[in-house]
Parts: sequence; structure tokens; C-alpha cells
Amino acid sequence: MPDSQAIVMEHEAHNPALLHHFADAQQQKNAASLGMWLFLVTEIMFFGGMFCAYLVYRLAHFNAFAAASQQLSIGMGAFNTAVLIVSSITVVLAVKAAEAGKRKVLVGYLIITVLLGMTFLVVKGFEYREKFEKHHVPGSTFKFTDTFDDNGKQIPVNPKEAELFFSLYFAMTGMHALHMIIGCGLFGVLTVFAWKGHYSPGYFTPIENAGLYWHLVDIIWIYLFPLLYLISRHS
Amino acid sequence: MSEHEEHTSHSQAFYLAIGIGLLVLTATTVGAAFVNLGPFNPIIALLIATIKATLVVLFFMHVKGASEKLTGAVVVSGFFFLAILLSLSLADYLTRSWR
Repeated sequence: MPDSQAIVMEHEAHNPALLHHFADAQQQKNAASLGMWLFLVTEIMFFGGMFCAYLVYRLAHFNAFAAASQQLSIGMGAFNTAVLIVSSITVVLAVKAAEAGKRKVLVGYLIITVLLGMTFLVVKGFEYREKFEKHHVPGSTFKFTDTFDDNGKQIPVNPKEAELFFSLYFAMTGMHALHMIIGCGLFGVLTVFAWKGHYSPGYFTPIENAGLYWHLVDIIWIYLFPLLYLISRHS
Repeated sequence: MSEHEEHTSHSQAFYLAIGIGLLVLTATTVGAAFVNLGPFNPIIALLIATIKATLVVLFFMHVKGASEKLTGAVVVSGFFFLAILLSLSLADYLTRSWR
């Protein structure tokens, strides 16, 4: 079949990144982003399990969860939220730069993204240190003496229930931080590849898919921040 | 290229506007947490978080205007199954005291 071979040759001549089993570049791109989204759906369900556990225990032990939540630093939590949102902006601008074929702009945005991701992790590290110092890390040395402020009335809380909050806090933020570490590594590798000129306006799927991953990690934090840091702060 | 590729990306100014909107909503959710709204505090917090997540999904993750409609279906199905997980679990735990 010389005709179809000629078409394949023509495609390869146009875009070396286009694999032979796709009709055109757009179809290949759609397939890649669909596959990435299927992975992200499994991530939603993975974190969803932890959110569900959080919800059930929060409803069962609200006073202890509120008292424990008030031990977290809103300043650091809000700062980290802002850092992640800005990093999401730099990621989306990186994808745009890749689409436009601006290699140096792309590398710049990727580097800023990695630096913002590391900033998040450093702040998280300081928060974890504070938890160790206050003995708020679940385990044999766990101590919790705070009370729940019910409109000026101090209600003592069961330390075991507060420990449950901190277990969920470490499980959820820890798993989120692990995703951030993986994301930083991913974007570090992409920075090197982008610098070497692996990407063109016709092919930047890895940048796009890593961006999707980064945005999802951002969304998870968007929910973690109010759920963990902002319980009953008005009292 | 003979075929015109679909471009789902917006202008830089548009992305910055969405980003600033997300930062403003973050400040709003912190501010709202310090106001006593009774049972509405967590509802407001989750509502703001959901607005932020929707903005990110639609515009940063390019689900709005995606050339492949299947992507949108996958995204919606993901959150749909999450909703089943949460609602059925709570339907159990919240009604145990009814005995």
C-alpha cells in the first residue's frame, strides 16, 4: 500500500513526535490528556478516602478537632496556599510558553515552579517542627492539654480525640507533601529537557501532563487548608 | 500544518486574573473563618474551596474548551464517584444514633 505509507511518511516529516498509531497530533494530544485525567481520577479517589475518614471523625469529635485545629498556624497555612496558587499560575504560563515555542521563557517558569514548590515544602517543614516541639505528633509522647472554647466556656477535650485529628493532619498533609516532592522532581527533570530543547509547539505533552498533576495537587491543598486550619476559628 | 490545531490556552492577562481571583478567594476564606456564622462557617469554607477548585479545573487544566468532550466526562465521573463515597459513608455514620 504505497499510498498509506506515503501519508505516514508525510506525517513523520511534519512532526517527528507524532506516533504512527495516531491519526494526527491533536488526537495524540487528546489521548495523552485523557490518560492523565484517568490517573488523576484515581488520585481523587485516593485522597477522597482520607477526606472521608476526616469527615466522619470530625463530625464525631467536633470539639477536639476544633481545639486541635486551633493549634495550627493560619499564617503559614495561608502563605502556603498563596505559594501553591502562584505556582499554578507559573505552571499554566509555562504550558503557554511551550505552546508558543519560547524555550527560555518555558525554562524560566519551570524553575520558578520548582522553587515555589520547595518554598511550600520548607514552610511545611517548619510547621512539622513546631508539631514535634509541642508534642503534637501522634505516638507515645503525644500531649494535648488545650480546651475547646465554646463562646467563652472552656470545655476539656479528650487528648485521644485530638490525637486522631493530628493523625489525619499528618497523613493528609504528609501524603500531599509527598506529591509535592514528586512534582518538584518531575518539574526539575522537565526543566533540563526543556533547556535541551526537547519540546516544540508541536510536542509538549509532558509539560502539559505534569501541569495537570501539579494543578490537582494544588486543588487538594485548596480543600486541605480550610478543612484542617480553619475549624471554628471565630470563638 | 495543513490541519488547524485547536488552541485552548488563553492570554497571559486572563491567567493572571484567574490567579488573582484565587488569591482573593483565599483571603476571603481566611476572613470568613473569623466571623461567627454558626453552622454556615464550614459550608462557606467548602463553597469557596469548591469555587477555587472549579476555576482551576476549568481554566488552568483547560477542561473548558477542551477539544475532547470525553475529558470532561472523565472529570465529572471522578467527582461523581467521590460524591458517592462521601454521601453513602455519611448516610451510614450520621444515622447510627437514630436507633
